Amino acid sequence: MKVGVEDIKSLAIGAAILGAGGGGDPYVGMMMAMKAIEENGEVELLDPLKIDDNMFIIPTAMMGAPTIMNERIPSGDETVKSLHALEKHLGRRADATMPIESGGINSTIPFNVAARTGLPVVDADGMGRAFPELQMETFHIYGISGSPAAITDERGNTCILNTVDNYQLEWLARGVTIRMGGASHIAEYAMSGKDVKTSGIHYSVSLGIRIGDAIRGRNISGGTPLERLIAITEGTTYGKAIPLFKGKIVDVERRTTAGFAIGNVTISGLEEYEGKTLNIAFQNENLVADCDGDIIASVPDIISILDYDRALPITSENLRYGFRVQVVGIPTPEIMRTPNALKVWGPRYFGYDFDFIPLEVKHKDYYANSRLPEEKEKKYRAILR
Amino acid sequence: MGLKIGIDVGGTHTDAVVVSDKNEVLAVAKTNTTPDPTDGIVESLDMVLKSGGISVSDIEHVMIGTTHCINAVVERKNLARVAVLRICRPAGLAIPPMYGWPQGLKDAVGGRYWLVSGGFDYDGRKIGEFNELEVKKCVREAWEKGFRAFAVVGIFSPVIPEQESNVAEIINSMTDGKAHISLSHKIGRIGLIERENATILNAALTNVASSATAALQEACTKRDINAKLYFSQNDGTLMSIDYARQYPILTIASGPTNSFRGASFLTGLRNAIVVDIGGTTLLAGMLINGFPRQSSAAVEIGGVRTNFRMPDLVSFGCGGGTIVKIINGEVLIGPESVGYELERRALSWGGDILTTTDVAVGLGYAKIDGQNINLEWRKNFSSRYLEKARDIILRNLQDAVEHVKTMKEPMPMILVGGGGIIIPPDKYSEIRGVSEVIRPALFQYANALGAAIAEVGGEVERVFSLDSGMTRAEALRKAKELAVYEAVRAGARQDTVEVVDIDEVFLAYLPSNAVRIRVKAAGKLAT
Repeated sequence: MKVGVEDIKSLAIGAAILGAGGGGDPYVGMMMAMKAIEENGEVELLDPLKIDDNMFIIPTAMMGAPTIMNERIPSGDETVKSLHALEKHLGRRADATMPIESGGINSTIPFNVAARTGLPVVDADGMGRAFPELQMETFHIYGISGSPAAITDERGNTCILNTVDNYQLEWLARGVTIRMGGASHIAEYAMSGKDVKTSGIHYSVSLGIRIGDAIRGRNISGGTPLERLIAITEGTTYGKAIPLFKGKIVDVERRTTAGFAIGNVTISGLEEYEGKTLNIAFQNENLVADCDGDIIASVPDIISILDYDRALPITSENLRYGFRVQVVGIPTPEIMRTPNALKVWGPRYFGYDFDFIPLEVKHKDYYANSRLPEEKEKKYRAILR
Repeated sequence: MGLKIGIDVGGTHTDAVVVSDKNEVLAVAKTNTTPDPTDGIVESLDMVLKSGGISVSDIEHVMIGTTHCINAVVERKNLARVAVLRICRPAGLAIPPMYGWPQGLKDAVGGRYWLVSGGFDYDGRKIGEFNELEVKKCVREAWEKGFRAFAVVGIFSPVIPEQESNVAEIINSMTDGKAHISLSHKIGRIGLIERENATILNAALTNVASSATAALQEACTKRDINAKLYFSQNDGTLMSIDYARQYPILTIASGPTNSFRGASFLTGLRNAIVVDIGGTTLLAGMLINGFPRQSSAAVEIGGVRTNFRMPDLVSFGCGGGTIVKIINGEVLIGPESVGYELERRALSWGGDILTTTDVAVGLGYAKIDGQNINLEWRKNFSSRYLEKARDIILRNLQDAVEHVKTMKEPMPMILVGGGGIIIPPDKYSEIRGVSEVIRPALFQYANALGAAIAEVGGEVERVFSLDSGMTRAEALRKAKELAVYEAVRAGARQDTVEVVDIDEVFLAYLPSNAVRIRVKAAGKLAT
């Protein structure tokens, strides 16, 4: 499919919902991609399962604080410079670019790169949601090296990082990002078409667009935005979204440790949730949702806080006392729930003393009659039916 | 001796009040807003001075709140063409100024911009070298093309304003001070696009601002009032008339803010729910420490995203002039309103339209005076319909209260604005989440009173890096000091200045422990 300006508007919303509270305010990334597409034409989005095994793909992203990027608007070609620097270093031209995560900013950055270079974008990523660190990638879990990586700033400085593993890449790239003024532009995890097929989260970009369409009521009507979101997700590799809570934010507590906006948001229930309290713990992204002592959703499943009326996503930086919100859960694809994957981003990695419980298992009644994708059907049939 | 006059120019009425230096209310007056606002202001001044038997020589301060600016932006009327100078290169090119604006508004302001070298990182390092010659070239070009209003925006200027000020000096020296210059660090917070948008709108309001300030000056001159003149701004504090001429965008939401401040003044409460009912709308918000709670989300003005200081309000089409319809036994309310024509078109004044005020009068819970009042229409209406309408009004109020309330515990609610009579007093106790409803005497003058008692404020926003030996407490103290300094500089009495708001946000995904702190301080007007 071709991705145009209206699709980018939807993607900014849909990807921010998949971003689970993280990934930054999508506004600047969206405007950059819209401008680049207006000037250079629409971008081809490639089916990740139909690309050539030998295709060479270089994903692109921004790194650092979204707040910085909202003030220091990029020049627009930083990520392209990173891509070219990595091509030069590797001695091979990229055939396509791709997002590394689904999140407000980083889902749209590759479209700016693609529009400016004429490259297509592969409809996949390595997180299926947002996570804070470079090694938190299905690519990493399946043994793909993030390094060498190229990192560029607004001034035009570019570094090539050759690191011994993906953890060292994260550590060094983060340090460079600070020296680059708190935000940088990166090309990393260069891989083949075959790698994308085995290690990527497939169709996450088009799903982001469709979720955004559903929220905006574009090409789809009837029902509330949340109802449309639920309808769109049913049957995808993710699975049907589930309404978890409605209420009003009565407390937001934040502290910071090494670049993480860590905190808790407390939501007091309204309507059918009257009398209940939901607590969501976040570390940039929402990690665990606890309703009066019962854990109703946990990482890596997606917990998204949406505004009450229009179901637009609210990032954790923008949570404020008094907002009326609804909370939605979206199951993650099975590739993100393997034992190896959970070691990298399960509740225990984030310091919690419990194991991950999939939304489908925790909310059996809700999922009993829902249409599941094939892999999930096999795995949960016995529990649900 | 030290008397103050507060004036509110609204869409329907122009109100004026006189208060003493100790904020005792001495006189109030209400008149109709006129096409040339000067006439209405003069008339309200005459009325209020006469009714209080006040001598003009005792008036020391006059403060005004007005809807001129918001209307100009929404209606795209009388807007100036603006030359936009963004100090950003080599960064900042990806999204040009005014990208994504409604075409009509972009056309109205000329749509021209220049991107020049400069700007800072959050920690103060320069992004590009500032180049005076480059700036001069742009200014010359803009001036030759007939631009007289300039909007100047630099990356991280709220942290380091020096380059914006340099550009202002260059423009001033090249144009003999004839250009109108808007600097973004005086207007908005961190978030370049939103701050730039607000700055461009501000520059576009140049002409509107001079006519609004001229109206006040002219009215005062006509009545020999030789006082200091102020405009009230979005955050409930005052600015001088010269500052208002330069930064009119900061007055854009002063109307609702003044009613909140007036509500606080009339009741002595510092924390409460405030409901302000005018002719067309019901506005509700939270009063926190005597000021309206500020919105933290991006606020759109005339279709343009901005991030400057605005009260966080909900609004319903349910004011005193709102039209009530009965269709097949169903009762519907609003959002249309008869507005300023209430006293001609509403049933109780012999008109042919049922309004919410008629409902209140018809059910006997509100009284109105006047020669033309005629309650004959009551005979044709079953009380059942009127009661249904009253219940819908109450439901709107209940929704508004639930929207704005931030705590579970019941809170007092202050009801102000002329349209407040549509809420039945015998139902006050049934409003959920509210401990008591207070409708103070003079509730219909809350707005003008809010202007009269306004304080002088200062605000500062900085990004502090806590890794360079500075603790969070030190950063907070530094920010507070700067805010107090700003308030005093703006004309507040040092010994009365208090910190009224602190907001701190840690920058995510950045391990250098950077924190953005915003502090606001306000104090009494120095006399």
